[in-house]
Amino acid sequence: MDNSSGGQALVRSRRGAEGPWRTAWRKLRADHAAIMAFGVLVLITAASLAAPLYARHVALTDPFATNLNGEIVMDGQTRQVLEPSTEGLGLGFTPLGPTWDFGPYMLGADNQGRDVAARLLYGGRNSLLIAGAAALICLGLATVLGVVSGFFGGLVDTLLSRILDVLWAFPIFLLAISLSIVLITQSINIGPIEIRSGSLWLPIFIIGIVYVPYVARPIRGHVLSLMQAEFVTAAIGIGASPWRILLYDILPNVITRVIVFVPLILALNMMTESSLSFLSIGVQPPDASWGTIIQDGQGLLYSRPIVALAPGLAIVICVLALNILGDGVRDALDPKSSIRVA
Amino acid sequence: MRSRTVFNAMMAGVGLAGLMLMAPMTGAAAQEGKVGGTLKLLANAAAGTIDPHINYTLQYFQINYVLYDGLVTFRKTGDKTGFEVVADLAESLPKPEDGGKKYVFKLRKGIKFADGSDLTTADVVASFQRMFKISGPTTGTLYNGIVGADKCLKTPATCTLEGGVGADEAASTVTFNLVAPDPDFLQKISIPHAAILPAEAPLKDSGTVPIPGTGPYMIASYDPNSLLKMVRNPHFKEWSKEAQPAGYPDEIDYGFGLSDEAAVTAVENGQADWMFDPPPADRLAELGTKYAKQVSVHPLTAMWYAPMNTNLAPFNDIRVRQAVNYAIDRAAIVKLFGGSNLAQPSCQILPPDFPSYAPYCPFTASPGEKWSAPDLEKAKALVAASGTAGQEVTIITEDTEVSKSIGVYLQDVLNGLGYKTSVKPISQNIQFTYIQNTNNKVQISISQWFQDYPAPSDFLQVLFSCASFTPGSDASVNISGFCDKSIDQKMVEAQTATIADPAKGAQLWTGVDKAVTDAAPVAVLFTPKRVDLISPRLKNFVFSPQFYWIMSQSWVE
Repeated sequence: MDNSSGGQALVRSRRGAEGPWRTAWRKLRADHAAIMAFGVLVLITAASLAAPLYARHVALTDPFATNLNGEIVMDGQTRQVLEPSTEGLGLGFTPLGPTWDFGPYMLGADNQGRDVAARLLYGGRNSLLIAGAAALICLGLATVLGVVSGFFGGLVDTLLSRILDVLWAFPIFLLAISLSIVLITQSINIGPIEIRSGSLWLPIFIIGIVYVPYVARPIRGHVLSLMQAEFVTAAIGIGASPWRILLYDILPNVITRVIVFVPLILALNMMTESSLSFLSIGVQPPDASWGTIIQDGQGLLYSRPIVALAPGLAIVICVLALNILGDGVRDALDPKSSIRVA
Repeated sequence: MRSRTVFNAMMAGVGLAGLMLMAPMTGAAAQEGKVGGTLKLLANAAAGTIDPHINYTLQYFQINYVLYDGLVTFRKTGDKTGFEVVADLAESLPKPEDGGKKYVFKLRKGIKFADGSDLTTADVVASFQRMFKISGPTTGTLYNGIVGADKCLKTPATCTLEGGVGADEAASTVTFNLVAPDPDFLQKISIPHAAILPAEAPLKDSGTVPIPGTGPYMIASYDPNSLLKMVRNPHFKEWSKEAQPAGYPDEIDYGFGLSDEAAVTAVENGQADWMFDPPPADRLAELGTKYAKQVSVHPLTAMWYAPMNTNLAPFNDIRVRQAVNYAIDRAAIVKLFGGSNLAQPSCQILPPDFPSYAPYCPFTASPGEKWSAPDLEKAKALVAASGTAGQEVTIITEDTEVSKSIGVYLQDVLNGLGYKTSVKPISQNIQFTYIQNTNNKVQISISQWFQDYPAPSDFLQVLFSCASFTPGSDASVNISGFCDKSIDQKMVEAQTATIADPAKGAQLWTGVDKAVTDAAPVAVLFTPKRVDLISPRLKNFVFSPQFYWIMSQSWVE
């Protein structure tokens, strides 16, 4: 028999076969909703990163400094940023409303006379930074704990699982609020590292910690199931070392699941950060995040609702986009998974 | 000894509530306005304990005046005579004896507590002992001049005030002996901290458990998370209209938990009759125009201020404290409170129209009588000279809109002076006690002071004397921890002079005001006005300079 033609076909087929990453990317590109969501996120991130440029060249203001006596020229008329009431009993001041022009006070002023649009962009930077950095900490820690726990088993697994159980037993927000209240007003010294009160690292650290069990446990379960897989049994059978099995057989299979978690944890982190900041225990003034701006706007809901609505809308759009993207990533990388965190 | 306990008193009160609602009102009130109905009040949060000897908040002072009586009180009128002291449980105002060191009060007859027991001289003596035994917040400042008070302050548990407060049950008199003449003594015992309670009142903070009083109303229930319910005191009979007039409403419900915004809407819509908290800034314009008829604005003898801890860096350096005073734009802060129709910038401790007040403002661009503008250059120079720039500072504010806004503004000012500043808002419920306790290491905070009685000592001695600073205590109203022996001596001289020559005394108090202002233990921000928003159905809104709204004198339609 002549096997040469069949052998050549097999070689061609192998050369032309897609790798799992390429397949996932193709699937993701075919998911228009996910791509659109990704585009929205890129747009919001880019706009947030441009906050200093906007403040300097468009808003022409320092969004962190109070401007109670500020004035602005509109249509040739000078107006105060905090406009006094001149009718009736003449009580109170109302912050300038949105001008809707691409310039100073496009979205109006808050009760300290600060430009809301500029603060919104700066707030986006902080919200995205905290969500992203906390996600890195959370996923990094969770991956290490989940893999170690599932791979080594025995006493290590028991110990780590119980620690995660204890952490999981706390209601997330209660835990986050408790940690925030204790940590946010005082500096933390860990060896040579000093985290000052008011530092963004505090909410990053707090949010990064509280969601670890939510990721670590599914990863541990996945590692346990991988340990029973045929290719791992085969590797053990041919005498592969545990580290080789961990690096070449387990981790590559775990990493896809971790990637699926990224957008979902980002969305969760963003909501948690906003909630903590709204409660004055996340980002500290004069820094802004979308949560602190909503808090600022709470006192202006009646006269200037845009101050609270704008960051609220930004959070909704981001979280929605992250969830849609998360679904797309999951379908692309891990279609059998039923992970849905948010 | 009477068999009366607080529990019994409560049960008696609850049991009689129904009868009280139907009972006809006695006294003059019944002849004028509409008697009956429920007055609905709102506050963002409760103000803590309802023990009248402990609670030191305007919110509960206002209700304690209709729940409790002292031997004397301020006249319950809506004009300046409201600052005058009149006899309450005492038959008449006593004349000072022994050169102003002795006062003999004769008790009225037939007055009963809300639990039905008779008021006796033993109750009066026990009440003054109790103030010390439970370490009341003003015992060290207002009542330390009573003979025996020094021992009581040292060992509260065994306090007898022997030689200081004595009773003659047969003659129905109570005698007070003072260490030194005190021209403000009658005013000091006119406030709720000197309320007369049953001798069996618990010798600890009663917390949420009501203690029977002698006023026209009594507390039927108190849940700090939702409601304080006051009903008629079934044993009250009006004995003096100017001291304790009978009330119009049958019931007064004080609800807690609504936000300021929601409370404004509730009062506008007639779902509530009054709100304690100042209306939020973004509703003021609306109130001043659309609901102007439901708004009442009155000047207060009060101040908003920023106490600075004189024992903690960086404010243990007078140059830093003065720098803060120079740097603050008081006109800007007034905007945060609602504008010049609701507050006036101020630099000094005593408020306008107060005894011994003489306009004085050293911390302004053009020092003189009035604040004109901040002097940032001078402020920065003072900070540079102190060498404290770069230090961390935390501002403790209440979690109310105005307090937080002022905190954020102050943060901006301090950052501008070179400090690394953070703002920490704390629940209104606990902020006042938190900032008093030195264990909390509060550097600077935002607070308010409303007069207890109309004399300069209430601002100067109570807030800034060495005696009013108690380290480690929640009841240390000298929040700055300010103690200057020479100024203390000037206070004593002013007090002594007031007895012999009131004009000279007033002049000396003016000097004390300037001395304390110059030492800058606080940054006075502004003198506020009170905005009362009332429902359309609430009538006869009487505003006293001492009590503010006298709620018992309003009726609902």
